[in-house]
Amino acid sequence: MSGFLSSSIARKVAMSLSALFLIIFLVIHLAVNLTSLFSEDVFNEMSHFMGTNPLIQFAMQPVLIFGVVFHFVMGFILELRNKKARNVKYAKFNGAASASWMSRNMVVSGAVILAFIVLHFIDFWIPEINTKYILGDMSGVLPGEEGYRYFEELQHKFVNPLRVGAYVVAFILLGLHLAHGFQSAFQSIGFNNKYTKCVKNLGTIYSIVIPLGFIIIALCHHFNH
Amino acid sequence: MNLTLKIWRQKGPQDKGQMVEYKVTDISEHMSFLEMMDVLNESLVAKDEVPIAFDHDCREGICGMCSLHINGEPHGPDRGITTCQLHMRTFKDGDTIYIEPWRAKAFPVIKDLIVDRMAFERIQQAGGYISVNTSGNTQDANAIPISKHNADLSMDAAACIGCGACVASCKNSSAMLFVSAKVSQFALLPQGKIEAADRVRNMVKQMDEEGFGNCTNTGACEVECPKGISLENIARMNREYLKASII
Repeated sequence: MSGFLSSSIARKVAMSLSALFLIIFLVIHLAVNLTSLFSEDVFNEMSHFMGTNPLIQFAMQPVLIFGVVFHFVMGFILELRNKKARNVKYAKFNGAASASWMSRNMVVSGAVILAFIVLHFIDFWIPEINTKYILGDMSGVLPGEEGYRYFEELQHKFVNPLRVGAYVVAFILLGLHLAHGFQSAFQSIGFNNKYTKCVKNLGTIYSIVIPLGFIIIALCHHFNH
Repeated sequence: MNLTLKIWRQKGPQDKGQMVEYKVTDISEHMSFLEMMDVLNESLVAKDEVPIAFDHDCREGICGMCSLHINGEPHGPDRGITTCQLHMRTFKDGDTIYIEPWRAKAFPVIKDLIVDRMAFERIQQAGGYISVNTSGNTQDANAIPISKHNADLSMDAAACIGCGACVASCKNSSAMLFVSAKVSQFALLPQGKIEAADRVRNMVKQMDEEGFGNCTNTGACEVECPKGISLENIARMNREYLKASII
């Protein structure tokens, strides 16, 4: 890495900016998914709009993928560099005495989230790309059927209890990742003032509400299929 | 009280080193931790063995020389103190205590429990100063208006004694609490503003070159710091650095 990103603080800031971007993305993702609990039609309409709008597909989607890839790659690079900064380990290291489990194990929760994203891409993203851009079917309707296919596909994915279990575990780890990550992102960009307590509380609420929302959606579709 | 000590012994910088077990008996709970180490060393000398090398100087918590990693924590389990201020009453009779040097690539072991902390000196030399002409016409510092709030924050940052506990406690061996305290103590005062941009750039550059890890905001440094240096300083350093790099 050269230039601006060769500095430790610049890398920290880059990590936090990509994190803040992903934090906003999760809110949008959850908001769209929540509609599936209340109205099949609304969910279908929103999914079709998101899946076919050129601005979202060809401008925002690549930015999102870059943000995700950057956050993971930079996270793992920093972890490796940080491990190298202590070449001889302590015989006894009581990390729990001074820092939370979440803050000390961001790479563990991050690795679980990465595994989840791979599963999530296989489940939803790759079939979508295949249908729309390889097979060229932009209609959002299955052959011989009426109405959009999205809600049906969503429910179908949550039939298998193993997949639902994997999703729930991943969301719990996401919650733990966010429990430290949310306020850490603000600290990294230099935001530490009289509002920091408020940011920390907001981070706690966010790290519970967002993963819980996704868990509820997965469980609802599993039991209501 | 009787104790079992597991202490890191290393003959020199090139030696591999290992943990060695020692037994100490009749230790008074009123002793400081370093006095307990003195007792152990006297017994080793009496047995014609090489005493354990460890850093110490003022023994009143202000010089920043003592540096032991005790039972997995820098300066031991108590908060807001240096090792010389740690008393044996913190431990119980029969306890096993692990005593190790600070562990960081940037703090190589010189001998036993002594590490080379010159990396901190080099960071300080890279920008931790203000240029003042001392020709005899130096302006009285009290003539420069400074808000009480900033004066207090600057003083709090200047309380850093450069012991290195922040690096020792950090899972990443990051020196950002130390560097941010040194950046902040000047950045908060009018005298420090003139060289602020160069200071933060050069000190961070030197910090990176020394091989310290990257801060992940775990906050362990703030908890273990004997002088209670706040994480706010790291946020301030980040702001100063961004300001100096972008604007």
